[in-house]
Amino acid sequence: MSQTEVKVEYWRWPEYRSTVPNVSWSNAKAITAGVDIGSVGSKAAVLVDGELYAFAAMRTGGVSEATAVKAINWALEGTGLEIGKLNYVVGTGYGRVNVPFAKRTITEIACHARGAHYIYGPTVRTVLDIGGQDCKAIRCDEKGKVLSFLMNDKCAAGTGRGLEVFADLIRVPVQDLDKVSLNVDQDPPPVSNTCVIFAKAESLALLRQGWSKEKVAAAYHTAMANRIVDLLSRVGVEKDFVITGGVAKNMGIVKRLEKILNIKPLEPKMDPILAGALGAGLFAKALYEKEQGLR
Amino acid sequence: MMTAGVDVGAKYAKVVILKDGQVVARAKALVGFDLLKSATEVFEAALKNAAVSRNDIQRVVSTGMGRNAVVQKPPINADEAVSEVVSAAAGAHFIVPTTKTVIDVGAEEGRGIKVEGGKVRDFVINERCAAGAGTFIETMARALEIQVEEMGPMALKSTNTIAMNAQCCVFAESEVVSLIHSKISKEDISKAIHDAIAGRISSMVLRVGVEKDVVLIGGVALDPGFKSPLEKELKASIITPEYPEYVSALGAAVIAASSTR
Repeated sequence: MSQTEVKVEYWRWPEYRSTVPNVSWSNAKAITAGVDIGSVGSKAAVLVDGELYAFAAMRTGGVSEATAVKAINWALEGTGLEIGKLNYVVGTGYGRVNVPFAKRTITEIACHARGAHYIYGPTVRTVLDIGGQDCKAIRCDEKGKVLSFLMNDKCAAGTGRGLEVFADLIRVPVQDLDKVSLNVDQDPPPVSNTCVIFAKAESLALLRQGWSKEKVAAAYHTAMANRIVDLLSRVGVEKDFVITGGVAKNMGIVKRLEKILNIKPLEPKMDPILAGALGAGLFAKALYEKEQGLR
Repeated sequence: MMTAGVDVGAKYAKVVILKDGQVVARAKALVGFDLLKSATEVFEAALKNAAVSRNDIQRVVSTGMGRNAVVQKPPINADEAVSEVVSAAAGAHFIVPTTKTVIDVGAEEGRGIKVEGGKVRDFVINERCAAGAGTFIETMARALEIQVEEMGPMALKSTNTIAMNAQCCVFAESEVVSLIHSKISKEDISKAIHDAIAGRISSMVLRVGVEKDVVLIGGVALDPGFKSPLEKELKASIITPEYPEYVSALGAAVIAASSTR
C-alpha cells in the first residue's frame, strides 16, 4: 500500500488584509499609499489624509512587480478605490524599485523610522526592525527622522528567515513558534551556534537527545535574541524603544529582548509589520502636498 | 613501529594507520550521533584493512571536532588529542616537506595555517559561518537538486561568471532558486557557487598570508571545481595531495610516531 505524505510548509505565515472602520475617503484631500516590498513579505498601506485606512500583508512572490500590484489591489479590495485614484504612492523595502505604480522610492530605513513615529508616537528614539532577511537598529529624533542606523543583511541569524528555517525543523507553524518557545518553566542555555545552518543541526541534535520542542524553541529564540542585542548595542538603546517588522509579532523574541536589555519596548497600537509601508504612505502625503503647492 | 591517527570530523571520521613512515591503511565513514561508536567502526575497518589488532599499535592520537570522544575510551583508547590545526600542519608537512601554507576546508570549518618545518606559526579559523565551509556547497547542491559530487565537474564546464550577492548559506539558497527560475544553467550556477566560496576562503587565508608551497586539504579539496578559483583568488599555485581528506588523520598518526620515539 502506498502512502501519500503531505508536505506541510510550516514557514508559510498567513496573509491578511483589513479596512479600518470609521475612516472614509469621500471627502479626502490626499489619498496616498506606501508599498513595502520586503524580501519575504510585501505590505501595502493606504492612507486617507495621513490616517491608516486599509492595508494588506502578503508573502513576496517570485516577481516583485506582480506582488506589488497584488498587494495594493488586495488592500483596496472592497473600499471602492483603485490604483488610479491614489494621489501619490511611494515604494520602499528591498524590492522598492519594483513598484510600477509608485512615483518615488524611499529607503526602508527612513520609512521604518517614520512609520514607527506614527505607530508609537514622538517619544520613539530607537527602532529595531526585524524583517525577513535583515535586521536594522535605527536611532531617530522626535520627528521620526533617522539619526544613525546599523544593519545586518549579510547573515540569516537574527532575521525572520532564521525563524522560518526553524519552524520547518520542529514542524510548528512560524506564527505559533513564540508561544511554543515561551512554554517552558525556565529558559535553557541558548543554542551555541550563530549560523542558522549550524544552529539548525544543533537543534536537531538536541531534539534527538530528548529535549522537548518547547525547550529547543526556547534555546533557539534566546540565541536569536542575543544575536539581535549584539547589533542593537552597537548603536545604543535610548528610550523609547520599539520593535517593528514581522518578527515584532513574535513574543518569544520580544520578551527575551526585553529581559536581556532590561528595557520594555512600547506596545504597538497597530500591526508593527506595517511600519515601513505606513512610513512610505506618510512620505507620499508630504510629497503630494508639496507637488500641489500646499506646502 | 605502528601508530594510528583518528580524525573525528563534523561529518566524517577518518583513520590512518602508519607503519615505519608508510601508510598501511585508511578508512572513513559518516559520523553519526554517537561519536565514539562512529569512530570505533572506522577504526576497526582500518585495523582490518591493515590486518592488525589494537595491540599491535603503540600509540593512537586523535584530532578533529570530536577528538575528545575517543581519548582513553575503549576500544580505541587514544593516548592523546591534538587540535586540527596541529594535525593538519603535521600531515601536510609529511606529504609535502616544503609546505608553508595549509588550507584545510572541511564540512563545517575552514582553516588557513602558516607552517614552518611542520610546526604551526600562525593560523586563522572560520567555524561560525557555514558559507565558508563544505556545508555551503552541499546546501547549494540540494537547491540545484544534484549530488554534491557533481558540483565540481559541472562548474568546470562553465566559462561564464555570474556574481552571487548572498553571502549567507540560507540567503544563497534562495538566490540559487531564483537563478534557476531565471533560466541560468546549472553549470553556470555551480561555477558561481565555487567562485563565491573560493572568495571567502581566500580572504580568510590572506589574513595569515600565503607563502609557497600551498597545500589544500580536507574534504572540500576533493571537489575539482574548487582549486582553480581558489588559485586565481590567491594568485598562487596550490598542491592537492592524493587523499586530501585523510591528511589531518595522517598528521595525528605522524605526531603519535614522533612522540613514541
